[in-house]
Amino acid sequence: MSLLNRNVCRALMQGSYLVHAHKGVHTTAVKADKNQSSSTEGRIKCTLIPGDGVGPELVYSVQEVFKAANIPVDFESFFFSEVNPTLSAPLEDVVNSIARNKCCIKGILATPDFSHTGELQTLNMKLRNALDLYANVVHVKSLPNVKCRHHDVDCIIIREQTEGEYSALEHESVPGVVECLKIITAAKSERIAKFAFDYAIKMGRKKVTSVHKANIMKLGDGLFLRSCEEISKLYPRLQFEKMIVDNASMQFVSNPNQFDVVVTPNLYGNIVDNLASGLVGGAGVVAGASYSAECAVFEQGARHIFSGAVGKNIANPTAMLLCSANLLAHINLHPYSKMLKNAINKVLTDGKVRTKDLGGQSTTKDFTNAVIHCLHDH
Amino acid sequence: MAARIIRKIVPVSRSGAAQYSSGVRKVTLIPGHGIGPEITVAVQKIFEAAKVPIEWDEVDVTAVRGPDGKMGIPQKAIDSVNANKIGLKGPLMTPIGKGYRSLNLALRKEFDLYANVRPCKSMEGIKTLYENVDVVTVRENTEGEYSGIEHEIVDGVVQSIKLITEEASMRVAEFAFVFAKENNRKKVTAVHKANIMRMSDGLFLRCCRDVANKYRDIKFEERYLDTVCLNMVQDPALFDVLVMPNLYGDIMSDLCSGLVGGLGLTPSGNIGKNGALFESVHGTAPDIAGKDLANPTALLLSAIMMLRHLKLHEHADRIQGAVYAVLREGKHLTGDLGGTGKCSEYTNAIISKFN
Repeated sequence: MSLLNRNVCRALMQGSYLVHAHKGVHTTAVKADKNQSSSTEGRIKCTLIPGDGVGPELVYSVQEVFKAANIPVDFESFFFSEVNPTLSAPLEDVVNSIARNKCCIKGILATPDFSHTGELQTLNMKLRNALDLYANVVHVKSLPNVKCRHHDVDCIIIREQTEGEYSALEHESVPGVVECLKIITAAKSERIAKFAFDYAIKMGRKKVTSVHKANIMKLGDGLFLRSCEEISKLYPRLQFEKMIVDNASMQFVSNPNQFDVVVTPNLYGNIVDNLASGLVGGAGVVAGASYSAECAVFEQGARHIFSGAVGKNIANPTAMLLCSANLLAHINLHPYSKMLKNAINKVLTDGKVRTKDLGGQSTTKDFTNAVIHCLHDH
Repeated sequence: MAARIIRKIVPVSRSGAAQYSSGVRKVTLIPGHGIGPEITVAVQKIFEAAKVPIEWDEVDVTAVRGPDGKMGIPQKAIDSVNANKIGLKGPLMTPIGKGYRSLNLALRKEFDLYANVRPCKSMEGIKTLYENVDVVTVRENTEGEYSGIEHEIVDGVVQSIKLITEEASMRVAEFAFVFAKENNRKKVTAVHKANIMRMSDGLFLRCCRDVANKYRDIKFEERYLDTVCLNMVQDPALFDVLVMPNLYGDIMSDLCSGLVGGLGLTPSGNIGKNGALFESVHGTAPDIAGKDLANPTALLLSAIMMLRHLKLHEHADRIQGAVYAVLREGKHLTGDLGGTGKCSEYTNAIISKFN
């Protein structure tokens, strides 16, 4: 009920923003500024986790753009890190903040091979489990003027991310023999399958492909596959297809255009996300989001901290900016979202400002400024 | 002292590799099903023309009911591979239904084939989006996610066990480095997910590190599975030899095959304690079976790998050169490569290159 109220409020608010935004387009930026800063009660709070590696630089880029565009979003920033446990904010604070704000922008958290406390769960897993962020959605789409081997890739990868291989249940039965449990449950498999089909309908997609390895893991992946099959019967208008994960990865590199919506258990999702991101330009250009029933966390599609680039001002902020544009759409600030997306597309299409990963020499700052410059062009 | 000298001359080699320096070598041949028999004949013809000192011992592995009542490989085939220690195998089809074990799995188990090797190399004349791919995947073949231990704890909750042991990890890591050394490779990359599976993949990774310390002249690096996926599709030249647990190996080897043109062009070898089995990993293609349309390249390249395993490098080089030349010319390509050639024409074209 409260959610409904919120949405109604937002819809109403959005109406007024729409007017303002249009004014902003036709009049000068200064005027738009005046209009929006006056409405303090209409501002939306969003949790911000800069993350590790180049995360802080990318998040700074987002903040700069938000400031320049006068977007009515306030960030509640937390330093949250597994590699720097002494400075990290407590998990509860971060979880509470996200639960309260219902939205979050998150950089990538580094996950070391060994935790300082000897725990098996990573901080990422803890955060996901605490908030029940069960569905990870990555929309992999070829961007204008980003040179890649593959063209017109456009698929949505939906990954279950609260169970499966990432259950952190491991033990050493005798020295030198380790068992690692992969848990698949019917409830969670059905939930992600339902989410995938609903999402496919919402986005006007035609086909859902379930990626699995049920020929080997007959019970575990078999259960996942059966759940997808069951749910698919409820959506007769959507085509349903199954594909074994090794074949799927081969198909992705040889003919990625055949994929529409892909639904996978945890680990395969991780593989497919990265594979597909690589096809369209790498980790720097693909946005993603994790959803629970209540909140949404926006983060890059391929999770790499890019530690080699820290402090060099060379990371590509495109993915993070796209994440923030998706966030704006999620909180019903569609005009701003559109404005930001258009600006990013324009910068990419012009192709004058390119970061290193896209074959250019421009810095993160250059790219951010170029986007800011393009915000007001429309 | 003498022992040390002998060991230097005869390196600690894989099983069977030392016995046949003289004379003709016997190899078990499993033609398989579907297009299997045709492509095996093609390989036999080419080997005969190239005067390779190999005698084929052809066996049938169509499942028969064993003494235990289960369907399985006939004893004759098992005896043959056990005696010869080396085999070449076409595609096998496992009939769907009760009582059949996968023949591939049965063979793997019977001969304890612990490492699967797949070299993926771009070939001239085969157009793909990727050039200069030259990657070898080494996959642990006996445990990991494919341990087959699974159970339903309560209704709707399934637990699958991924089993990683030090013994299996050590031997596959050891094999990867020996392979890298023997084939003049520069680098071995351990592919893992130890940030998530800290104990199991952690153990695998530790074993790789330990073995890497013994082979100082080969570069060693560790990469996360997702990073390898991302980088592989962007720049395959970053990688050389990859060593990994079962599931990751399954995925990466197929992915790499995809980069160079598919399973019809990638050879595969299974190395074990009791012998080695080389095979083509594509399907049986029953729709084109018997029509002289099949592409024997994968099996032929596997057979070339086998020659290298037997240290018959001269013959291997000669046949490989002929295959590459025919593919480069592109005149006699089979249907799957966009040509109109028949299997027999392709075979003859390769043979004609020997003169």
